[in-house]
Amino acid sequence: MARAATTADAFNAVAEPRRRQLLDLLATGERPVNDLVALLGLAQPQVSKHLRVLRQVGLVDVRDEGRQRMYRLNGDPLKPIHDWVKQYEQLWAERLGRLDEVLVELKDAEMNDTGLNDTS
Amino acid sequence: MAMTSSGTAVVTLPTDTQILITREFDAPRHLVYRVWTTPELIKRWWGGERGDVTSAEVDLQVGGKWRYVMVAHGGFEVAFHGEYIEIVPNEKIVSTEVYEGAPDAAAVSTFTLTEVAGRTTMTLLVEHNDKANRDAHINSGMEVGMQESMDKLEHLAKSLRLG
Repeated sequence: MARAATTADAFNAVAEPRRRQLLDLLATGERPVNDLVALLGLAQPQVSKHLRVLRQVGLVDVRDEGRQRMYRLNGDPLKPIHDWVKQYEQLWAERLGRLDEVLVELKDAEMNDTGLNDTS
Repeated sequence: MAMTSSGTAVVTLPTDTQILITREFDAPRHLVYRVWTTPELIKRWWGGERGDVTSAEVDLQVGGKWRYVMVAHGGFEVAFHGEYIEIVPNEKIVSTEVYEGAPDAAAVSTFTLTEVAGRTTMTLLVEHNDKANRDAHINSGMEVGMQESMDKLEHLAKSLRLG
């Protein structure tokens, strides 16, 4: 059986640190490929390979401007990742929200203690 | 952004194997530490809105064990346990963490507290040995929250209809 492409979705595409770097660079605006090569300090073929993977999952768009290939970020495929982490964040928001409530009680109790008599 | 008395929990994924949770509290750190490590208090917050914590065992010493059990509102039981590796009172706790539903995927979590002017920033860094386990960890939070998020979705749908 053919091995499933490991870069078939955005989750896998952003698992590679260099590709995340590319997305960070493109987050500030559209850039020609030469810029990306210079900023990443990688050889052009490697950068092109990473850009191809990002294009395949729709994370970057490309257009020709004269002789330049211009790349820009398309954030839409990142939404499922964002949603996925948000769910987990929600769990911690609940936990720590409750922890905060307990904390307020302890703070009040401590204030009362120091105001009256030290029971610790 | 409006200044609130306490912060909101923020989750980021610093690397492929890590999860970082941060939150600020309007309280000195010795109190945050107490709420984090006292079994009767853990029972009051660790379940969030998702269930009741039925057991919280804490043997707070290096080599000591901990175990939390929650019965989720859906009726199923979720348990985590681990061992304390490093303890600096009111500052830092390093421990292992195993979700008993996936006992092969142990993580190391580092809990730190820093206090500035009576406010405390908590960070919890969870480090797995590979990305698959890290992702499964995030998914486990999702499963527990599934019922609750369905309820929320329903509320949201209703409010959208009204608006």
